Amino acid sequence: MTTVALPRRRASGAARPSVAPGVAITYLSVIVLLPLAALLWTSKKGGAHAFWQAITAPDAVAALKLTLGAALLVALINAVFGTLIAWVLVRDSFLGKGVINSLIDLPFALPTVVAGLTLLTLYGPNSPIGLNITYTRKAVVLALLFETLPFVIRSVQPVLLELDREMEDAAASLGARGHTIFRRVVLPNLLPAILSGMALAFARAVGEYGSVVMLSGNVPFSTEVASVHIYSQIQSDYVTGAAAMSIVLLAISLAVLLSITGLQRWSAKHDR
Amino acid sequence: MIVRLGLRFIALAYLALLLIVPVTIIVVHTFSGGLAPVWNSLTTPDAVAALVLTLKITLITVPLNTIFGITMALLIVRRNFRGKALLSALIDLPFAVSPVIVGFTLILVYGMNGWFGSFFIDQGYPIIFSTPGMVLATMFASLPFVAREVIPVLREIGTEQEQAASTLGAKGWQTFRRVTLPAIRWGIVYGVVLTTARSIGEFGAVAVVSGNVIGQTQTLTLRVSQEYQNFDHIAAYTAALELAVIALVTLFLMNLFHPRKDH
Repeated sequence: MTTVALPRRRASGAARPSVAPGVAITYLSVIVLLPLAALLWTSKKGGAHAFWQAITAPDAVAALKLTLGAALLVALINAVFGTLIAWVLVRDSFLGKGVINSLIDLPFALPTVVAGLTLLTLYGPNSPIGLNITYTRKAVVLALLFETLPFVIRSVQPVLLELDREMEDAAASLGARGHTIFRRVVLPNLLPAILSGMALAFARAVGEYGSVVMLSGNVPFSTEVASVHIYSQIQSDYVTGAAAMSIVLLAISLAVLLSITGLQRWSAKHDR
Repeated sequence: MIVRLGLRFIALAYLALLLIVPVTIIVVHTFSGGLAPVWNSLTTPDAVAALVLTLKITLITVPLNTIFGITMALLIVRRNFRGKALLSALIDLPFAVSPVIVGFTLILVYGMNGWFGSFFIDQGYPIIFSTPGMVLATMFASLPFVAREVIPVLREIGTEQEQAASTLGAKGWQTFRRVTLPAIRWGIVYGVVLTTARSIGEFGAVAVVSGNVIGQTQTLTLRVSQEYQNFDHIAAYTAALELAVIALVTLFLMNLFHPRKDH
């Protein structure tokens, strides 16, 4: 306990001049909190009935279901492939590994609309490999997989690097096979990182717009995701509908964010 | 050995299908008609205006968000106060808010029927459907990056050196400039790179508030989508390639500056 309490108490001695906090919090308020307050206010202004009506409209329900389903699927696929890729990048060695490792962050660097155009070129109507998935839900999943690729990998990689190989050696010397070692020794250590990577991927997928809007065709009841639904509500000046759906998405994102914070606290406690 | 090769194959195949092949193809596709049409659409006044506007928004956003990010990181890691957990969650919030919602909330504040919309319009400085709104949208969307990168670095370096400095008589600002800042500089640089990339590449939030007036409120990302819808594929792919080149430079800088242990 002392290791936790001591640095915090001492830290206040090395703090910055005290105007900074006020300025920073004001900046946060103007840029982020004021707009979000306007959203809350707008969604309440219409009353609970209008809110409920907007959010239970069949096209809204369909968009929400698709968004959550696709985000969950994408988080699960990322858990498997992200962990696998992180493993290969840390434990394997081959020519060009450094380049591959740098490319992982490309989805973070590449604008979403370019990602959409990119996938459209390979998997769209003029596909050079004859594979056109536009106007299908596969397009939604593909776009989200592209955008969320780095989360699990970048969350698992550092943990895997830090992981003490002695544990695995000990397990091996006691006769455990490869997959047993992975399941019983490595995986439990990676689990918090995998989960927090999944949560980040999920949160990102729920709100993704640019890549999906390019690739999916945005057909209501079929390939229209929640963010595209909000966009079309804004365009048709249906503020109540846009506000209601925004509030639902925000609530989901907030819940996911808080669960990540909880998860990190939990795993930090286990580290000590 | 077989397991290792199998895993390697699966990992590389997944990355190839999702990432490498599509991004390679876009380059090939852009230049499929030769160099001249690409150069022509790169230098049209509209394309130049889109690039200039994108850079302008970025140049305003990045410095402000960087100063904010460093300050917030110091607050959260080095201070104790009520509501710290809440503040820490609030910083991350823009990261989880859909870009479309970012734009929408700005319309609710500064739009024609918004809270302060008519005030700014009466003053002759409309915010929505003009550059200020696009700057605000970009600031909102790229707010968390610097703080997110600096917070873990601050935690990791601990306070021993700062304590030593203050023991030796350094004042708060001196300690920050001489001890803390050099220790967190790569975290800051990394955060700045991410903020820049997001500012240049922001699409959804900007799309909602821009009005997309060609030559006036059209950024590069808006141009990609607009020209694709107009079936001017060369223009769309050229703008996309510009953005992709910026992204690759970003990626290079990310790898240069990120203090990863396997490097």
